[in-house]
Formats: sequence, structure tokens, C-alpha cells
Amino acid sequence: MNFLPTLLRLCGEFFLTGLFAVGGGLATLPFLYEIGAKTGWFTEADVLDMIAVSESTPGPIGVNMATYTGFTVGSLTSWAAGVLDGILATLSLILPSLIIGIVISGFLAKFKDSPLVNGTFSFLRPASTALITAAGLSVAAKVFFPEGFGGLVSFAAFFSILDYKALILAAAVAAAVIFWKKAHPIWLILASAVAGIVFSM
Amino acid sequence: MKELLRLFGAFAKIGAFTFGGGYAMLPMLEKELVEKHGWVTEEDLADYFAIGQCTPGVIAVNTATFVGYKLKRIPGAIFATLGVIFPSMILILILAAFLSNFASFEVVKHAFAGIRVCVCVLIFSSVWKLGKKSLKNWICWVIFGIVFLLAAFSDIATAILVIATGLLGFVITLIRERRKKA
Repeated sequence: MNFLPTLLRLCGEFFLTGLFAVGGGLATLPFLYEIGAKTGWFTEADVLDMIAVSESTPGPIGVNMATYTGFTVGSLTSWAAGVLDGILATLSLILPSLIIGIVISGFLAKFKDSPLVNGTFSFLRPASTALITAAGLSVAAKVFFPEGFGGLVSFAAFFSILDYKALILAAAVAAAVIFWKKAHPIWLILASAVAGIVFSM
Repeated sequence: MKELLRLFGAFAKIGAFTFGGGYAMLPMLEKELVEKHGWVTEEDLADYFAIGQCTPGVIAVNTATFVGYKLKRIPGAIFATLGVIFPSMILILILAAFLSNFASFEVVKHAFAGIRVCVCVLIFSSVWKLGKKSLKNWICWVIFGIVFLLAAFSDIATAILVIATGLLGFVITLIRERRKKA
């Protein structure tokens, strides 16, 4: 495989993904499947593995997938090429967001004293809060009811599908957040990771 | 330059501890940017999330760009954005090179089951803080209720919800301003 043309194509594909995937992590998935099918760089199973890795590492899945694919494709040439391709594919993915973000920021800075813009945002803030609440609830459903609600036929069944270990840990974290105001999320996350291992959740 | 490096550092820290996508970074953003450095306000974060919903790309990257630009214009935007992706990029390179079966280790699975619970609680604690600032009157509560129901129980894309709310807010504000002048 030719190193340079492959690198250019890699950057091009991830640039387009970054440009057209609107709305965060999962929005990149259809684009990733398409890249895999078109180029043969990775299979659908690889994407599923990558989702698992992304759920087990910090960072957005789109970014992880770009780094991973870049490395995998580049390392066919050499290890150093893998690292270089991984970095360049990631930068290509974020470049559109960066440019658009800078343009929007410039616009906001210019109109930051406009009553019209401020008024519009006072309506957007409750909407933003609602979206985060909904996302939080869908995470909570998966965390506390990992088996799903399929087996839910009676009120008693509700308690049989509830993950008690998760509930107890959640209560502990909630208590820490409420009574220890200065708690940094980092410490709570690390402590929860340890709890997950100790109680084999 | 020192300021730019501090931006990079703060966002690298945020990126290193954002597990589970865009919303999960809110608790880290609040702690580092609002409480510790005082670089932005709670309201700013709500605004950035709303914009991030309808612009292309990863929300974490969008938010970093907005905060970076607010503090140090274009160089700030670039440093903050590179900062937020830096930890995951390094980690994935290491995993891809040496530990491609990382996600299938039992210990990793258990640790992340714990982390997911924690992140879930942290998101609700962030929502609480955000709600106190953003839900100031009954109109806000009505918007919150409608958008929440549509987001939770319909298939409407979040970008559409944000754009529709934005248009509504724009028109209502426009009418209010006209009345004030008249």
C-alpha cells in the first residue's frame, strides 16, 4: 500500500465525518460503518469492538475511532507511520468542528451584548438542561436495569431486574456529592472504579 | 503562552476523565472551568451545549473550542481543543499498539461498571446545578418540560429540538423588544 495516498484518503474520510456528523458521539457511527465498507480498513465487528473500547476509556468515540483506524492503517507500513497516521486522522476529524466553533465564537463575541441573542439563549438554556436530563435518565436506565425492561410484568418484577450493587454505589456517590461539596469528580470516578473491581460489578 | 498552556492542561485533565461522551463531561467542566478557574459561568456551559447539539462534530471538542476562544481567541480555541483530545489520543495509540483486547479484561469491565454508576450520579448533580441557573420562571419550566418529553419519548433529532426552541426564543424576544421600544 502506498503510504502517502492512503494517508490523504484517511484524513479526507475523517474530515468529512467530522464535518457531517452532527450531534455527538453516536452520530459518527453511520459514517464509520460507511468508511469501513468503502475502504476495507476495518469491519463492522471492529467498530463494535471500538465502541467497547470507547466505553472503557475516556474520550469521544469519534476521536477514538479516528486514532485507532489511523494507527491500524499506518502500522501496516511501520510503527512510526501508525502513530503519525493516528494523530493526523484524529486532527482531520476535529478540524471542521474547530473551524466552525471559531466562526460561531466570533459571532457570539460580536453580539454578546445584543438583547436579541441573550433573549434567545435564555430560551435555549432550559432546552439544554432538558436534553441533559433526558440523556442522564437513559444512562440511568442502562446502569440500574442492565437487563432492560423486557421482563417487567409486575411491580414485584421491578425489584428483581434492579441492579442492587449499582444502586448502593449510586447512593454512596450521591451522599459524597451532597455532603462533601469540594469533592472533585476525578476522585469520585477513581473510587467508583475501585468499588466496581472490589465488588465485581 | 503561559495562559495557553494552562488552558491546554485544564482541558487535558477534563479529557482524561470524561467517560461516556459529551454530557458526561459536564461535571468535569463545572468543577474545572466554573468553580476552580472561574473562566466561564454555568449559563455559558448551557449555551455551549445547546450550540454543540446543532453544529457538526464531537460536543467535547465544540465546548473546548468555545471556552478557549472566549478566553484567548483563536490560539485559545486551538490549545483547548488539542488539550481535550490529547489524553484519549495517546491512550488509544497505546492500546492499539499493545493491548488491543483491553476491553475484554474482566477487571476493566468491573471498573467501568463502577465508573458508569458514578458518571450517572454526577450528571444528575450537574443537571441540578444547571437547573438552578436556567429554570428561572414558568416559561423556562414549560420549555424544559416539553423538550424533556420530546427528547425522552420521541425520535425527533436533538438538533431539531434545539433549533426549534432557538427560533421560538428569537421570535418571542423580538416581539418583546419591539414592545419595549413602542
